[in-house]
Amino acid sequence: MTELDCTAVELGKKIKAGRVTAPEALEAVLARMDRQEETLHCYVTDDRENARKKAETVQAQIEAGTLSGPLAGVPVAIKDNMNTAGLLTTCASRILNNFVPTFSSEAVKRLEAAGAVIIGKTNMDEFAMGSTTETSYYGVTRNPWHTDHVPGGSSGGSAAAVAAGECYYALGSDTGGSIRQPASFCGVVGMKPTYGTVSRYGLIAYGSSLDQIGPLAQDVTDCAAILEVISTHDPKDSTSVKRDDTDFTSALKADVKGMRIGIPRDYFGEGLDGEVKDSILSAVRQLEEAGAVVEEFDLSLVKYAIPAYYVIACAEASSNLARFEGVKYGYRAEGFDGLHDMYKMTRSEGFGPEVKRRIMLGSFVLSSGYYDAYYLKALRTKALIKQAFDKAFAKYDLIVGPASPTTAPRLGESLADPIQMYLGDIYTVSVNLAGLPGITVPCGVDSKGLPIGMQLIGDCFQEKKLIRTAYTYETLRGAFAGCPGKGKEGGQA
Amino acid sequence: MSRQYETVIGLEVHVELATKTKIFCGCSTAFGGAPNTHTCPVCTGMPGSLPVLNKKVVEYAIAVGLATNCTITQYCKFDRKNYFYPDNPQNYQISQLYLPICRNGGVEIETENGKKIVGIHEIHMEEDAGKLIHDDWEDCSLVDFNRSGVPLIEIVSEPDMRSADEVIAYLEKLRMIIQYLGASDCKLQEGSMRADVNLSVREMGAEQFGTRTEMKNLNSFKAIARAIENERARQIDLLESGEKVIQETRRWDDNKEYSYPMRSKEDAQDYRYFPEPDLVPVVISDEWLEEIRSRQPELRTEKLARYKAEYGLPDYDAEIITSSKAMADLFEETVDICQKPKKVSNWLMVETMRLMKEHAMEPEDLDFSPAHLASLIDLADAGTINSTVAKEVFEKVFLEDIDPAAYVEEHDLKNDNDAEGLKAILEEIIDANPQSVADYRNGKKKAIGFLVGQAMKATKGKANPGMINRMLQEML
Repeated sequence: MTELDCTAVELGKKIKAGRVTAPEALEAVLARMDRQEETLHCYVTDDRENARKKAETVQAQIEAGTLSGPLAGVPVAIKDNMNTAGLLTTCASRILNNFVPTFSSEAVKRLEAAGAVIIGKTNMDEFAMGSTTETSYYGVTRNPWHTDHVPGGSSGGSAAAVAAGECYYALGSDTGGSIRQPASFCGVVGMKPTYGTVSRYGLIAYGSSLDQIGPLAQDVTDCAAILEVISTHDPKDSTSVKRDDTDFTSALKADVKGMRIGIPRDYFGEGLDGEVKDSILSAVRQLEEAGAVVEEFDLSLVKYAIPAYYVIACAEASSNLARFEGVKYGYRAEGFDGLHDMYKMTRSEGFGPEVKRRIMLGSFVLSSGYYDAYYLKALRTKALIKQAFDKAFAKYDLIVGPASPTTAPRLGESLADPIQMYLGDIYTVSVNLAGLPGITVPCGVDSKGLPIGMQLIGDCFQEKKLIRTAYTYETLRGAFAGCPGKGKEGGQA
Repeated sequence: MSRQYETVIGLEVHVELATKTKIFCGCSTAFGGAPNTHTCPVCTGMPGSLPVLNKKVVEYAIAVGLATNCTITQYCKFDRKNYFYPDNPQNYQISQLYLPICRNGGVEIETENGKKIVGIHEIHMEEDAGKLIHDDWEDCSLVDFNRSGVPLIEIVSEPDMRSADEVIAYLEKLRMIIQYLGASDCKLQEGSMRADVNLSVREMGAEQFGTRTEMKNLNSFKAIARAIENERARQIDLLESGEKVIQETRRWDDNKEYSYPMRSKEDAQDYRYFPEPDLVPVVISDEWLEEIRSRQPELRTEKLARYKAEYGLPDYDAEIITSSKAMADLFEETVDICQKPKKVSNWLMVETMRLMKEHAMEPEDLDFSPAHLASLIDLADAGTINSTVAKEVFEKVFLEDIDPAAYVEEHDLKNDNDAEGLKAILEEIIDANPQSVADYRNGKKKAIGFLVGQAMKATKGKANPGMINRMLQEML
């Protein structure tokens, strides 16, 4: 353990106290990247030269007293689907292999204003479509806990970077579980806020009505602090919500007395790995012993969440991704014959198979004659799922479940059977359909040595209940084992 | 032609709204900027950009809806219309399909065949596309996104029109209403008003509509009238020769007076409309609706009545003056200064109209000041200048907006009302033109005209012709 082996908030305090400097923290991270990146490949773009300049500037501002936020000087990684002005932003796709945005996403701007030092852009499933980070055009990311396994996805690069100490925290985006599931696979804390809490301006859209940016961090305290910085009402995003309760760190209290926790039976039935189930239920028991009121209940419509999610997300994606055709920016095929051929060749060569599959699926469900049967039905299902949650939240403050049926699968296992991969999203997608906040906290390690995450789901705008419960659990659990590779010379990698 | 046919026409009219900024971003809507200078990440479809609705667009759409007797959809939504084209930066257009802002309206039109109501099916809001410029020299196409995101409303009529006359009357009516509202300048030539004509024919008395075609690229009322006549004849020819009309979109070439098919129904695109997830539904409260209703300006019908009552204008005058908002505004402002409504009306209807025609101008192009017209009327009224001089001076006002009083002074154009001086001149003219004098005295009363003309020439046009006439009659 060194001074630099700490959480983001702890590091921020140490920098302010003059015990370490922002450049020192950055160099520690860069040194780890030098040792591990060849194996782990958490990053698509390493922006270390600019990061070094920024660290110097921020350090000077902290010393001058002009910058005092909790994250000032702390190195951060950004998922590669968030625009960073002047810095390559690829969405892990070939079609954006040369795309340098002219403007930064609002969340990134908020972090920069708070003195964050951006190290680079993390790997992800192409356009956030996938659950393993294996659909990236730029190669897979490996799970730092066990490099034969995936880190989860789509924010796999962000989750792995946090777990492996290649950043102090990271931003991810969550459309159907893309923050919570990789956080669970990598043994870190990941949070998807209520839809509309973090501006989507500058986030390259996958499923606009489901996408939400959130933090991946080492603990709940970091998560709350990061979310407090990035939450904002943004007039540039019409779906952004005005909230006056974004002082999330005020909820960091170890007290769950009277907290009503619902356990949906459907989330713990068939298909859930036994070790995952036991680990989560034992975590719930700890909360119960600390005074939470736990009860099992039936959350209806669980099995309809996956089809509804894939119909809606793919429909929106088929339209959102139409702008990538080689006319204005990004990859353009060579040797085409006329406009339509350019479109076809560019998109055929520029998109990977999973993206093409979802564009085709989305185009199909929106096409004339199928719209009512698929898209409209999915919208109705979405509304019913929201109602089922409303009913549950009338009785419970929060709901507990897994983030995934298993721990991280081996590399190459998932893509062979996309349907099976889609079904793995069963515990996460309904949260996006209903616009709810969700957080995953590490609660154990399975016999393969892979971390298990517990997911807490709250009603809209009830992040504080999630933070409070997750924080309490963390206190009860004690220090999490931590990624075996992290901090060691050379790492496990 | 043995059988009688009826033409059935419905229109889709696109109107560019007169907002200062675009529908989903803060870029200027000004026409004619250098290519791609009125653009930003939103209207060029950059990844990560998001649309934010311009409230003024909603207000204009509601104003047009109210003025055309529509029901306002108080919970309306935007939808995406998906199609690939390089002038469409996102490859989808944000439009309205499922819940358009206005529905079930109509306007009254009048033609030689009397009055009728043309129904309005719906009015929806949408964004305009950019413009493609084909560079033949370089053999490539360039895109200008200045127009991308300029707000449009599309006014979809019911198939209620039966002739080109009715179509023109309907379009003129819409244009008048929208101009009166200030929602658009509605210039067909510049594309701020565009009409697509859906036309079918059926045998007189038939209940079913025939197969329709949609005609695009109609840039003037004349082109619309020609295209309708041409398409009607084409469809009847097809039916008469036992062929079928194909449902298709056709493009009108006004130079060749001919249309050709652009795409048939078979290769019609599936636009895969779905609700726009980046925008929240537009909720129009009763209060907001009332506020817009209370701000509605006086429309033509009310103005017409008021002109007759308040200014005592004859029907004919009131009709012409109110036929355009620009003309009506000019009239009211001039009357406010000189308080002579009938005289102002005469100047606008006769000389102004004549000069507009001569210079191929629209009422919107008039830019002389009401104060100068008022001053001219006062000068003529006071007898300071005669009517011939007044017309000359008015032309200067019309073209250069000169100050008539100063101009008359400067060019020495005042009436010469010196009777003694004039008498001497007339005596000289009588002596110099014995033949005309003799003719007049022998009963050829017209001969006096020649003498008046000579007198005007001698006075360099400054004398009062009425006065000359009277004096000559006395002297002869």
